[in-house]
Amino acid sequence: MEEARLRHLKSMALAIRQDIVRMVAEAGSGHPGGSLSVADIVSVLFFDVMKHDPSNPCWEERDRFILSKGHACPAVYAALAEGGYFPREELLTLRKFGARLQGHPDMCKLPGLEASTGSLGQGLSIASGIAMAMKMDKKNNRVYCLMGDGELDEGQIWEAAMTASHYRLDNLCGIVDRNGLQIDGCTDDVKTLEPLSDKWRAFGWNVIEVDGHSIEDISAGLNRFRHSHFKPTVIIGHTIKGKGVSFMENQAGWHGKAPSPEQTRAALLELSQEVI
Amino acid sequence: MKELNLSPGAISEPEMIPTRFGYGDGLVELGRINPSVVVLGADLSSSLCVDRFRDAFPERFIQTGIAEQDMMSFAAGLSLAGKIPFVSTYGVFCTGRAWDQLRTTVAYANLNVKVGSGHGGVSVGADGATHQALEDVSITRTIPNVTVIVPADYQETLKATIAAASIRGPVVIRFGREKVPVITTRETPFTAGKAEVYREGKDVTVAACGQMVYESLVAAEILSSEGISARIINCHTVKPIDSETLIRAAKETGAVVTAEEHQVMGGFGSAVAEVLCQNYPVPMKMVGIQDTFGQSGDPDDLMAEYGLKAGNIVKAALEAVRMKKG
Repeated sequence: MEEARLRHLKSMALAIRQDIVRMVAEAGSGHPGGSLSVADIVSVLFFDVMKHDPSNPCWEERDRFILSKGHACPAVYAALAEGGYFPREELLTLRKFGARLQGHPDMCKLPGLEASTGSLGQGLSIASGIAMAMKMDKKNNRVYCLMGDGELDEGQIWEAAMTASHYRLDNLCGIVDRNGLQIDGCTDDVKTLEPLSDKWRAFGWNVIEVDGHSIEDISAGLNRFRHSHFKPTVIIGHTIKGKGVSFMENQAGWHGKAPSPEQTRAALLELSQEVI
Repeated sequence: MKELNLSPGAISEPEMIPTRFGYGDGLVELGRINPSVVVLGADLSSSLCVDRFRDAFPERFIQTGIAEQDMMSFAAGLSLAGKIPFVSTYGVFCTGRAWDQLRTTVAYANLNVKVGSGHGGVSVGADGATHQALEDVSITRTIPNVTVIVPADYQETLKATIAAASIRGPVVIRFGREKVPVITTRETPFTAGKAEVYREGKDVTVAACGQMVYESLVAAEILSSEGISARIINCHTVKPIDSETLIRAAKETGAVVTAEEHQVMGGFGSAVAEVLCQNYPVPMKMVGIQDTFGQSGDPDDLMAEYGLKAGNIVKAALEAVRMKKG
């Protein structure tokens, strides 16, 4: 990847992280941990890989992005604002009365959202349905679906996994934010997920494992997806929950909690010192 | 009855056809006129009669296997890409098992997904309680944005299916398994959201949906022989309910009976009561399932066992008239 593009994507990931901290702090509630862990993936998708046009959110030729782990919406709201879908100042209305930035994504309120999500386990089915329609209409649009790893406890994910491989939806890319934590603790203490890659392979998917915080690695994985055929692809992104804010990293307790004013200052200071 | 163009032998010797056939045939008609219509099945293609669409338009039929939750959300995705998907399976599954998918993914975003909800009521028969949808109307009509239609017969189910494609947003069409009397014809008017008065009357109103419309017409004949003039309303659209027609009936007849093949708690009767108690309270009786599960058996025996026959409506109507006199 060329240096300028790499720097741009890293800087957008950093901007997303800073936005997440400010938004959740201002809201007084929200989900910083799983939002911070997907910032790099979201950056690569929104600022490099996906075809989309912030000035025309309903552009027919756009790729589609479904945030199955709806609680990570601060990351996506940040990407949409940074991309120009709506003013950045609006980010601070997150979760407030009358806001378009609902606690979980409401596609009817905010441009750029492709589905209303928040009830876990449904996004991969939604994404499969879109991918199927694209196939039926012989369109080349691609569909991306970002899932949490804890979310994979939901049986519907595996129903969708069967359906998508049955219909050979090679225009569909699932991405798992494999941060290893969910509300009640480590994913493998709550309910064993491993061997996760083998599971997806057994369901007929093309599996790519990447470092979910390496822009180059994520980018390479998504590139492999775009050149794969006859199977849907899942990218398992190994991530750190709370990535970028040291006191939040790898702490299940930061799944759904807002930082205090002091913690917010510390978090923003730490992020501002990040070297790109 | 003439302007309604009801079937001439509707009460005395009706033709018997399952309402699910109306769903299957309606889909085939829709498939011809609307290329955006796609049909999803969950391993019950012939039972839901969607094999008719599958055979006519194989490229627009999607089999999801026995995975109703996936089917509902998959349909949401299809609608997001411009299709008009008809999700088709038994009511207990598409409205029960996939309720969250219907509520949060489909209805919250007002997506254009249609739900063909089969095997409604105890008349499912021998399959027993697990497969008899008795709560489906209650649990879908409470979801914002959802239209709920319970057609009376084959012709009306066909019309409701075709009409559903023109309604923007989620629509649930509830139909049954067994053969039931065909009381309407191709020419009988049907407008979603508009209840039709099938028989004028001044002493009591019977508002019904589904196959209970037929039972109500039979009940009206019996009541007539006892000197009671009953107004019969086919209230096929449970939501949005036709308040105007119901309030007028309450004012003009002073007593109302509701009849449904479904739990009275939260169902059609409750929907009518919600309208009347807030606008024009009159004595009411509700014919329907009284807070119990069904069981295996012959459909006709089950209808009798659970109090869903014309005789039950007659009894309820007489009670309602007595309550009116106070």
